[in-house]
Amino acid sequence: METKKMNDVIVIGAGIAGTFVARELARYELDILVIDQESDVANATTMANSAIVHAGYDAKPGSQKSFFNIKGNPMFDQVCEELDVPFKRIGSLVIGFDEEDRKTIDKMYKAGLKNHIPEMSIIEANHIKELEPNISDKVRVALFAKTAGIVSPFELAIALAENGIENGVKYQLETKVIGIEKQDSYYDVHTNRGDYQARNIINCAGVFADQISQMVGDTSYSIHPRKGEYYLLDKKAGKLFNHVIFQTPTDHGKGVLITPTVHGNVLVGPDSNFVGEKDDVSTEAMSLQEIRNVASRSSDKIPFNQVIRTFAGLRASSDIGDFVIGESKVAKGFINVGGFESPGLSAAPAVAKYVVEIMEGISGGLKEKVTFNPRRRPMVRFAELNLEEKQKCVEDDPNYGNIICRCEQVTEAEIIDCIHRNMGATTVKGVKKRTRPGMGRCQGGFCEPKVVEILARELNRPIEDVSYNGSKAYIVTEETKKQI
Amino acid sequence: MESYELVVIGGGPAGLAAAIEAKDNGVDSILVLERDQELGGILQQCIHNGFGLHVFKEELTGPEYAERFINQLNDYGIDYWLNTMVVDFNAEHVLHCVSKEYGFKTIEAKAIVLAMGCRERTRGAINIPGTRPSGVFNAGTAQRYLNIEGYLVGKKVVILGSGDIGLIMARRMTLEGAKVLAVVELMPFSGGLNRNIVQCLNDYDIPLYLSHTLTEIRGKERVEQVVVSKVDDNRQPIAGTEIVYNCDTVLLSVGLIPENELSEEAGVTMDPRTSGPIVNEAMETSIEGVFACGNVVHVHDLVDFVTEESRRAGRFAAKYIQKQLVDQENMVKTVAGEGIAYIVPQNVRIRNLDKQLELFMRVKQVYSQVEMVIKTNRGILKTMKKRHMAPGEMEHIVLAKEELEGNDIQEILVEIQEVQA
Repeated sequence: METKKMNDVIVIGAGIAGTFVARELARYELDILVIDQESDVANATTMANSAIVHAGYDAKPGSQKSFFNIKGNPMFDQVCEELDVPFKRIGSLVIGFDEEDRKTIDKMYKAGLKNHIPEMSIIEANHIKELEPNISDKVRVALFAKTAGIVSPFELAIALAENGIENGVKYQLETKVIGIEKQDSYYDVHTNRGDYQARNIINCAGVFADQISQMVGDTSYSIHPRKGEYYLLDKKAGKLFNHVIFQTPTDHGKGVLITPTVHGNVLVGPDSNFVGEKDDVSTEAMSLQEIRNVASRSSDKIPFNQVIRTFAGLRASSDIGDFVIGESKVAKGFINVGGFESPGLSAAPAVAKYVVEIMEGISGGLKEKVTFNPRRRPMVRFAELNLEEKQKCVEDDPNYGNIICRCEQVTEAEIIDCIHRNMGATTVKGVKKRTRPGMGRCQGGFCEPKVVEILARELNRPIEDVSYNGSKAYIVTEETKKQI
Repeated sequence: MESYELVVIGGGPAGLAAAIEAKDNGVDSILVLERDQELGGILQQCIHNGFGLHVFKEELTGPEYAERFINQLNDYGIDYWLNTMVVDFNAEHVLHCVSKEYGFKTIEAKAIVLAMGCRERTRGAINIPGTRPSGVFNAGTAQRYLNIEGYLVGKKVVILGSGDIGLIMARRMTLEGAKVLAVVELMPFSGGLNRNIVQCLNDYDIPLYLSHTLTEIRGKERVEQVVVSKVDDNRQPIAGTEIVYNCDTVLLSVGLIPENELSEEAGVTMDPRTSGPIVNEAMETSIEGVFACGNVVHVHDLVDFVTEESRRAGRFAAKYIQKQLVDQENMVKTVAGEGIAYIVPQNVRIRNLDKQLELFMRVKQVYSQVEMVIKTNRGILKTMKKRHMAPGEMEHIVLAKEELEGNDIQEILVEIQEVQA
């Protein structure tokens, strides 16, 4: 434990915002520590969201959401290439059914033009059907934005963490901030695992950002989490839809979206309901039924009998309706990345750059690190290789010959690698996020015991100590035939 | 490229029986590909007894049943590769597989037998609301942890689904010191064998709640509670009937799904009712020379039936390799009439039958005092009185070949009729 060591920066929260900010700051000569209460990076909102990189036409012009979304979107190609993270610029459609919708779409289009969003067009029924053969016949018009994309947010955050560590960032997980004390020129950060010190704090604490902010006396915003529930469909359904398909927002709501995922599944959702507790990610039968009803307006060909999982995530919505990004007015050196709901993911790369600018302002210039390496060691994704490449892999390392997850075709070599990376998986969910065993149609039915065994072996732990997600989420209770 | 006359995908009871039978029928070069570390498939984790009453006329445990076939396979010198996953195969009978020991291999075969078995339906597929903590297991996964790995998955258990694996696991968990609080079944009848309800639940005073379901799972890290509700005739939960159980584990035994990802990718035509390939009397799929048997075709209750079906597949695969199978233009179709969920095989070429045609099927609901009527376009062929029928018990009909000969039969229909008073 690095108690009492002075850091230049402590980033609180290791979701997409925190990992991005830390990786951007790692370009400079700074001591950076990222802390998170979860057992893994990207374990809360970053784990459960729509995974969309928005084109940027729909945020209110002039808002921080709009500003950072528009700047962030074009940055994804480079960062995902550098970090070997799946990203696809598949384009989005906002579909309309009637004249009312057409008016709204027209407005969005004009707002988009004003925001200089490239490659947007309004298209009519025939063209829409060409792009999306399985869309409802009742769709009349759509806003087509070619620059929208899909990404794997948790894989991106993990990659950012790995690359950050490669460049000197330190991560401390399962570390919950319980208080912050302002000293003359630095902050004391009290946690369940001891005290840490930093000259600057970057608050990327997601749904808890307001509580962290209040610890330094900044009560300028509060977070009211909104829950969104989703259906994830089998890859068999993956070819049914080609774009992110939004419905036109109306007075009755924003509608729900249908989108392919970067891994070839289909995601349907989310709804939006305020929740009282900041960790309420339970799903509800009524909400799921409603999502189904609403989504069926977009297409009656969604095969809900191919659902492999339902889940819920929280949006860190602020009471001021916008991101809260900037240095706190009451606490010098304390930078908020708060209210980071949609389009937070799309905005994250630009926000990270902006945080660097703020830091430059605070410290009167940052010194670039000459050794900074923007790339991380690529992941081998066995399932995506062609036959010759697969053959080569197995020749080089026989562990590629042992397929652990049959649904997603994940090999033992990939799992071993993801455990031993610098932000390695320590739980079954950690392995699942990084290499996908358990993400498929059997949901870990076959592979989970094997993954548990590999984790125990590679981490040199007893099987009983391997958990699904965090120390209390144990999987087995005891060995039944212990030798005495 | 390796070359075999017959490649069997899957070394469980289906694959073993098919391989042995093919050998008995003159096929010399056979390779069985098994993804697990030993032959025998799911039988190896089914350490309870009750297997083999039909085939061996005695009661064996799963591993004992498997052992008889494994021994025979070894006696016959049939090749098998363990820890080997088939990546794909095609209509030209070329397949790719991969393993630590053998590396990445391309194999060509004259015929292929698909015997990949089935997998369990998951929580996701049935949308149980609530949180997503650890402690929710498919019953078969829990069985593997317990019987193969040697670990208990929890202490206070609620089981959803009264399929056989759920019932067996209720007893097994109890014997290992866990408390099984309840078995909850959505339908008004159990999906499992009657003998299992008696021997696994009643004998241990484990309550079975019919027409109930899980309406919520609670717990942040590990399961802490579940909510069980009664359902109405449309299987919808009835408000006000909730019972909350404090438990740490949920086991799901909510159905099995034939595992046909390989078959589908190869272009095998599937039957949406069975989720398995459409097969003919030879257990041959829509791809010539590709046969299928066991749970990959349709989910069986008894391994004995899997063995018999797989022997048939092995025998016909041998005939195919020896070019003794005949094609005929007027394929006779089997038709699932009133009350019947599906029939296997779906197509029949009468000329290829040895002496008789065996049809396997399930009814859609529980029936008592009914008649099972078998009709062809010639008229009623056979009527069988049935005192009791349930979806959980597979039905079996044997028709003599001579009754079906002649080129005029186009279909064989089976239906359930009320008995006229």
